[in-house]
Amino acid sequence: MSSASAEHRNHVLVVTVENKSGVLARVASLFARRAFNIRSLAVAPTEDDNLSRITIVVDGESAPIEQVVNQLDKLINVVDIRDLQPGHAVERELMLVTVAVEPEHRDDIVEQLDRAGGKVMSVGTDSMMLSLVGDPDHIDAFEDLLRPFGILEIQRTGRVALANLDETIE
Amino acid sequence: MKTDGGQALIKSLEREGVEVMFGLPGGAILPVYDPIIDSKIRHILVRHEQGAGHMAEGYAQATGKPGVAMVTSGPAATNIVTPLCDAYLDSIPMVVITGQVPTAAIGTDAFQECDTTGITASITKHNFLVTEAQDIPRVIREAFHIATTGRPGPVLVDIPKDIVDPTNPRSSLEWEDEVEIDLPGYKVDTSVDEDAIKKAVDLIQQAEKPILYIGGGVLKSRAAEALLELAELTQIHVVTTLMARGAFPDSHELCLGMPGMHGNFTAVTAMQESDLLITLGARFDDRVTGKLDEFAVTAKIIHVDIDPAELGKVRRPDIPIQGDCRVAIETMVKVLRESNSEATDRSAWKSRISGWQERFPLVYESSNPGQALKPQFVIEKLRDATPGDTIVASGVGQHQMWASQYWTFDHPYTWINSGGLGTMGFSIPAAIGAKVGHPEKMVWAVDGDGCFQMTAQELVTARVENIPIKVALLNNSYLGMVRQWQDMFYDERHSEVFLSKEIPDYKGWAESMGCFALRVDDPDEVEEAIAQANEIEDRPVVIDFRTAAEEKVYPMVAAGTGNSDVIVPPSQENEIR
Ligand SMILES: Cc1ncc(C[n+]2csc(CCOP(=O)(O)OP(=O)(O)O)c2C)c(N)n1
Ligand SMILES: [Mg+2]
Repeated sequence: MSSASAEHRNHVLVVTVENKSGVLARVASLFARRAFNIRSLAVAPTEDDNLSRITIVVDGESAPIEQVVNQLDKLINVVDIRDLQPGHAVERELMLVTVAVEPEHRDDIVEQLDRAGGKVMSVGTDSMMLSLVGDPDHIDAFEDLLRPFGILEIQRTGRVALANLDETIE
Repeated sequence: MKTDGGQALIKSLEREGVEVMFGLPGGAILPVYDPIIDSKIRHILVRHEQGAGHMAEGYAQATGKPGVAMVTSGPAATNIVTPLCDAYLDSIPMVVITGQVPTAAIGTDAFQECDTTGITASITKHNFLVTEAQDIPRVIREAFHIATTGRPGPVLVDIPKDIVDPTNPRSSLEWEDEVEIDLPGYKVDTSVDEDAIKKAVDLIQQAEKPILYIGGGVLKSRAAEALLELAELTQIHVVTTLMARGAFPDSHELCLGMPGMHGNFTAVTAMQESDLLITLGARFDDRVTGKLDEFAVTAKIIHVDIDPAELGKVRRPDIPIQGDCRVAIETMVKVLRESNSEATDRSAWKSRISGWQERFPLVYESSNPGQALKPQFVIEKLRDATPGDTIVASGVGQHQMWASQYWTFDHPYTWINSGGLGTMGFSIPAAIGAKVGHPEKMVWAVDGDGCFQMTAQELVTARVENIPIKVALLNNSYLGMVRQWQDMFYDERHSEVFLSKEIPDYKGWAESMGCFALRVDDPDEVEEAIAQANEIEDRPVVIDFRTAAEEKVYPMVAAGTGNSDVIVPPSQENEIR
């Protein structure tokens, strides 16, 4: 399946939860038990010490999104859920990637990286570690571009998102 | 005032109005058992923790108050997992307190440690692992609040030993007279959208073939009276699911009885042919819908539920209404009374319904002299010989279906069973819990021989704690419901369903547990035995009714088939549907 059509089905849920032990496990096990598919998940503290924010990309095909939201909402530690409509939110993901590069191709890669807005994090004799922040499509495209060089190791964070300003969220 | 965690826990339960709890002590929970000696809460010592859980459920179902159970860590916690799941599926308000190893030992595989909150997370409405003594009073308040509001359900509170042990400084806390809940993610909205109700009422008035599809939520919201008013005002027929038996009087002319896999023909067929299912506190369970694609295909759906996740989970409603059933029904009645719209003429529908009722009543063939008892006959005799408000608690199997079919439930909260989980062994402990909650009422457990052998030891509890329940054992020597499936769908090949004809000796066993016991083989002895049982008030009673093993529960919608293919008893096979 092309990533474009997969992307189309995805919903980004921004779930604010109480910052207590075991809450992530409750969220994750709910998805497992109800057979909802998670594409990516990112957790981090928020501006309020009592709350954490979980950004979940859900495969909208595995279950109706309102069912996912309603079931999540039943978790007592879930304080707020926003279903961000595609195109109505800022979405970012971080990629760390180590690529195989012969010294003579370094400049080539660095140029591409500059254009994409990434950074060189570490350089080895025949490899380089790069980082790139961007929306998921951007990261996908850059990953494709690197593939011919040989990706030795890759780590993506899963996306985080916030709703665009001045727009009402359905 | 300074106190310790164990004292605070018991005081917190008292503050919640707890009058009775069911449990069994052990190492980790020991410090909490000491203050029970001085508490006014009645503690009932069970013989197995599963019994404690089902007793708490039976108590809650009969009284509407939350049931409370307390057990120790590890094996005791795992023993109460089944009742938690049972209460979760049937939305029963219950608070279970489990002991846990000391906080410092958590995660070390200490003696009798298990991950109780991990194990029970998906079968509780919520659970807590309390790590500070100071949090105990608040958590107990929160547990009761969560268990009893919104869609009710079980809540588990796991309490490590160090925070309740008075010899440990970690158990010390300051007792406050006031305690406030802190649940930012839990909001209960019982109000209903009046505009949606108005739209629902319009649909109701236009419908030619409406049915009130009533589930357990109507009982949970204590809406039986409101429902009666709505049904009489609209003259719409009512079906009551296995969880809602008694929510509408069976002897009312508008009552069609139970729908579903073993529902009666008219209830099943009327739903199937309906053009509007007014769904109140029901959840389109697969045992009600049969094959979903073929379920009530022409019906529009009004769906009222307190739990928004139920709306559209199985069947997409035309009018979803989130809110409390009683508020919704009362609002419907109000809107109906204020409107001057006339309902569609439904005389054709009514005559179809009465035609089905005439052609397809519940029937069984009476036994000939010398043959084994018919289980349906036993239920009918029991029904006729007991007061109208008798509470019936059933096990799971054929006997459960016959009890639901052949009893006449005219009062809410008189039928207690395990609907969602289908837990064998439920009836005896649940009956005990119900009797504790309603000592003034007669309580009969209708049990199967398979079920009886799973929890019968709680009759010892009943005798010792002075809880005189009565047990009608429909003893067919088989795991009858499983045998029925093997008869019908596995070429009568019986695999591991025969129990034994003579072992155990139920009468002797019951007597050894301190019960009065009888064995009945002959139809002529049934009435007399029941009369004798009804006279006894100082101890539990068990009647071992020897019933016909080959008897089947009819009608039946076979698993995976549609409700239009309901199998009727052989004597009705040639009737026009
Ligand atoms: C704990 C548990 N184990 C297994 C089952 C599957 N099961 C459903 S009904 C039944 C037979 C029950 O036998 P009995 O209590 O004798 O009742 P009968 O059907 O004969 O009336 C079984 C084994 C179950 N529901 N619960
Ligand atoms: Mg049996």
